[in-house]
Amino acid sequence: MSIEVKDLTYTYSPNTPYAATALRGVSLHIEEGEYVGIIGKTGSGKSTFIQHLNALIRLQSGEIKVYDIDLNAKKPDLKKLRGTVGMVMQYPEYQLFDETVEKDVSYGPRNLGLSEEEIRERVREAIELVGLDYEEVRDRSPFELSGGQKRRVAIAGVIAMRPRILVLDEPIAGLDPRGKQEILALIKKLKNAYSPTVIVVSHDMDSVAENCDKVALFADGEIARFASPREIFYDDELLSRTEMDCPSVVKVVKELERLGKSLPTRPVTKAELVAALTVGEGV
Amino acid sequence: MNNIVFGQYYPSGSVVHRLDPRVKLVMVLLYIVTIFFVVDYAMYGALFLFVLAVALLSKVPLRILFRTVRTIVILVLITAVINLFFTQGEEMLFSWKFIHIYKEGVERAIKLALRLILLMLFPSLLTLTTTPMELTDAIESLLSPLKIIKVPVHAIALIMSIALRMIPILMEETNKIILAQKARGADFDTGGALKKAKAMIPVLVPLFVGAFRRADELALAMDARCYSSVAQRTKYKVMHLAVRDLIASLFCLAVFSLVFLNKYLWHFDEMILSLFG
Repeated sequence: MSIEVKDLTYTYSPNTPYAATALRGVSLHIEEGEYVGIIGKTGSGKSTFIQHLNALIRLQSGEIKVYDIDLNAKKPDLKKLRGTVGMVMQYPEYQLFDETVEKDVSYGPRNLGLSEEEIRERVREAIELVGLDYEEVRDRSPFELSGGQKRRVAIAGVIAMRPRILVLDEPIAGLDPRGKQEILALIKKLKNAYSPTVIVVSHDMDSVAENCDKVALFADGEIARFASPREIFYDDELLSRTEMDCPSVVKVVKELERLGKSLPTRPVTKAELVAALTVGEGV
Repeated sequence: MNNIVFGQYYPSGSVVHRLDPRVKLVMVLLYIVTIFFVVDYAMYGALFLFVLAVALLSKVPLRILFRTVRTIVILVLITAVINLFFTQGEEMLFSWKFIHIYKEGVERAIKLALRLILLMLFPSLLTLTTTPMELTDAIESLLSPLKIIKVPVHAIALIMSIALRMIPILMEETNKIILAQKARGADFDTGGALKKAKAMIPVLVPLFVGAFRRADELALAMDARCYSSVAQRTKYKVMHLAVRDLIASLFCLAVFSLVFLNKYLWHFDEMILSLFG
């Protein structure tokens, strides 16, 4: 069990006229090695939830355990937690600050209190993992890079801490189709490298259906359903109630059904759709 | 997510909230002038009751109103102590080595403390019941006669309102950056002053970069919609003086004139004393 959340409730600005409850009794178990997608419309509590995983938000009520770190403890080991859970925020390129790419990426590992040698090693590895040329970018200012490169540098800054759990908030927002594919491929690569557990908040149903093992659907601060993409994206009642859209593969399947052609399976990824179609065609 | 409106605006929709912001602004300015003409405890008491009455009308919880005084507690204490020790007078109350406390000193300390607190309370009610945008509009409207001598009143008001509008945005951005850097293991809470200041660099640099980016974007967006500061503009919310504004003004003026009448014509203190004497 890598993450265990029990009955998490959170209210912003409690006891004021601005009080807003963002989470109501959320419980979730995430096993090591799972690729979890978090979906839900704006304001459904997704961001508040993932910020809890890194103790960026103080617990109000409920329990959270990340591996053996108990966030309910009086003084949880925050350094260890932040080295365990790597958080890539929305538009991470806006958090770059240092003079050179190398210095910026080394900020996280340095905060963990590692040795200079270890830091240099991790920074080089992280920059290369995100697909940049270490020798070429290390002394450049992060502000003179292109948008896509900046995002890579920012992600490198998080993975240089070698987190076992990688949490990404809208990692592909605002990127062109090619940039999206590159970042999604990068996440897969990182999952295999040393972050076996990945949690992604996304509004892009295609990428969620394509990549995730499980999907947590948030609605009004609660988890409406935590299940496989197949179970969620074929549940029309659930999707319309939570105002969610289904991925294009599912739309194709539904259109085929409308035309009187039913498939033997219920595909959610492109590969599954092709397989289902070829079986149906008897090719 | 965090819907905190800048300042301390407390929405309750009371009649005080609905008053014309220009009237409120002018009354607060008059109030501030009036405070300096208060001479005796009776008038301090009267003004306090006046503030209390307006506060009750505004439906702003008194707890929140009095919280604003907390910010000046130290100032009040220092002023009071200085006046207590350094005022010379005739009637010595207490003397020890070089410390001499006179009756006049005690009185002056109390009066100055009362004055500072009253000075804080009423203007706080203004910001509690008026949004920053309403205030900006009110200032623009009140300054508009200066347009005759070519003062760019509208541009000034625009700069003020953009600055006000940007504060919550920049605060939100600051919070986001702090969270992002905390997630990278940043520690803002421990260490000496220098270490703490240094820890803020990873927050300030992205904040400034972001502020310039936003300013550029906003200027472009305004340009794209052909914004010009000399054009004649209409307002979304037009301010109209209503009957309640007249009543409120008369009420305030009546209270303020009490203070002046008391200083220059009557002396309530003596009247009350003579009643008991």
